[in-house]
Amino acid sequence: MELLYAITLGVLTTCGIYLLLRARTFTVILGLTLLSHAVNLYLFASGRLVAGAPAIVGLSERSADPLPQALVLTAIVIGFAMTAFVVVLALKAAVELRNDHVDGENPDEDLA
Amino acid sequence: MNHALILPILLPLVTGAGQLLLYRLPFAVQRLVGIASTLGLVVLGVWGLAMAGSGEHHLYHAGDWPAPFGIVLVLDRLSAIMLALTAVLGFCCLLYASSGADRRGPHFHALFQFQLAGLNGAFLTGDLFNLFVFFEILLIASYALLLHGGGRARSRAGLHYVVINLAGSALFLIALGTLYGLTGTLNMADLALRVAQAPPEDAPLLAAASLILLVVFGIKAAILPLLFWLPRAYSASTAPVAALFAIMTKVGIYAILRVFLLVFALGEAPINATAWVWLWPLALLTLALGGIGVLGSNSLRTLTAYLVILSVGTLLATISFVTPAALGAALFYLIHSTGMAAVFFLLADLLGQQREAGYDRFSAIGPIGHRWLLGTLFFVAAIAMAGLPPFGGFVSKAWILQASAREPQGMWLWGVLLGAALLTVIALSRTGSSWFWRPGDMAKPYPLERGPLALVSTMVGLNGLLAVFGEPVMGYLELTAEQLLDPRAYIAAVLPEAGTATPEVAP
Repeated sequence: MELLYAITLGVLTTCGIYLLLRARTFTVILGLTLLSHAVNLYLFASGRLVAGAPAIVGLSERSADPLPQALVLTAIVIGFAMTAFVVVLALKAAVELRNDHVDGENPDEDLA
Repeated sequence: MNHALILPILLPLVTGAGQLLLYRLPFAVQRLVGIASTLGLVVLGVWGLAMAGSGEHHLYHAGDWPAPFGIVLVLDRLSAIMLALTAVLGFCCLLYASSGADRRGPHFHALFQFQLAGLNGAFLTGDLFNLFVFFEILLIASYALLLHGGGRARSRAGLHYVVINLAGSALFLIALGTLYGLTGTLNMADLALRVAQAPPEDAPLLAAASLILLVVFGIKAAILPLLFWLPRAYSASTAPVAALFAIMTKVGIYAILRVFLLVFALGEAPINATAWVWLWPLALLTLALGGIGVLGSNSLRTLTAYLVILSVGTLLATISFVTPAALGAALFYLIHSTGMAAVFFLLADLLGQQREAGYDRFSAIGPIGHRWLLGTLFFVAAIAMAGLPPFGGFVSKAWILQASAREPQGMWLWGVLLGAALLTVIALSRTGSSWFWRPGDMAKPYPLERGPLALVSTMVGLNGLLAVFGEPVMGYLELTAEQLLDPRAYIAAVLPEAGTATPEVAP
């Protein structure tokens, strides 16, 4: 499970960073989303990966660390709100600047 | 337990929420409520300074949970200074905004209160994850405040600012995950003990986590490779918002001080040593870039944004000496530079409104109304900004130079700091002569509002007071520096049993 988890994290992060460095706002937002997924999974793994263990002490022999789960929940909520904000901002910028380039002007258009 | 400790967070939070609910009431009500709340914060700030002056760490346990399990708020001298500075700055910005800038977009006052709540929370919290949460609160309020007033330039600058800060938040969480995975705690005092006791094979990972945190705080503070969002964002925002943002870079510096002088400071080979090695050359380069940027700016707001960068470079270069004298001097400079950067953002607006053409751009040459009055104000403010006597900047720079002279590398700081100061003086005198000296009088000057003018003059006067009361202020700051360099006192206050109990095993 650890290997699968690590590969997932790596793929998500790589794709996230690649998309984050693109020139269009939509891909940048997708990149941020993927990156935040990777980060949430990483936070979750910081409490160690255990299968079949509830997050409450005493229910079974082994218990999972509940704190990372709470942290992930907080991070998901914050990440969701921030993504919603950046989507609206990107739409606003695209309407006002008449293009969706991250710098607000399309360098290729100037050449044409 | 003193419940007043949580008031600097609760008061603006409740006020902001209330202003959202009472949105349909007359605008003047919102303004008055906001100003009253911020005035309350000023009172709380002064109270905090007096409380922390005793040298004790005052604690607030949220929900009365004991320290490593619940979230603690800790008020020490540094937090108190930052709280008071934020409150005074926020009060001035809000008064300036109330002269009309707050009507240019919806919900300005509520957002302003949320911003203050986030700032105060970041200064008070004793928990690293809680610091992240308060960072997000202050950031999301700042995203919306940056866009206040609308327009193409703001959308453009806002997009960069939001995206880089979201990437920063992701990095923050990665660092927190690593730290939690290695130590099993996020309480700063507990973390400091666990990091000190960590086995040697964990040291590289801990160092990596600490450097990721440095990158995160570096984005907030605008250290050299991470600062290119700042000039555009600060020069695009509305004047009172830009003035409030003068404290935002200082949040990054506060976080660097707090985390690297507490969490990573203990142990046989403290992890923070790596951070200081990186910080010193980067800070010097930031300082140099700030000086060049000041000279090359095309408007007074961009110039002020580069002055903010210059101040960040000065602060971090001084801090990286990590001696009591250097830290004290840096804190004095922090107070001075925050205030003066705010003054210049407001001044750019005040002067821009009186110019016949070009607002605050240097390329436009045209007469300015009330040029004797405004010219005098600009002259005095420029003297204060450049760090010439008799203002606070002079005291702080003299103290920084004095403190760095004792260090072997100090001469580098002397050269770069004095060179950048010279460039600042050249840029400011060029602005003054081209705006006030060369063009003649305006035939029909625009009416000058007295309120904002008096406010900006008072803020310059406050900087003068900082120099007049230099000695008691320096005394307080020296004690603050000593308290910062003694992390064991902080840990003993937060975890009273830590000295006796055996450490639990990390999960």
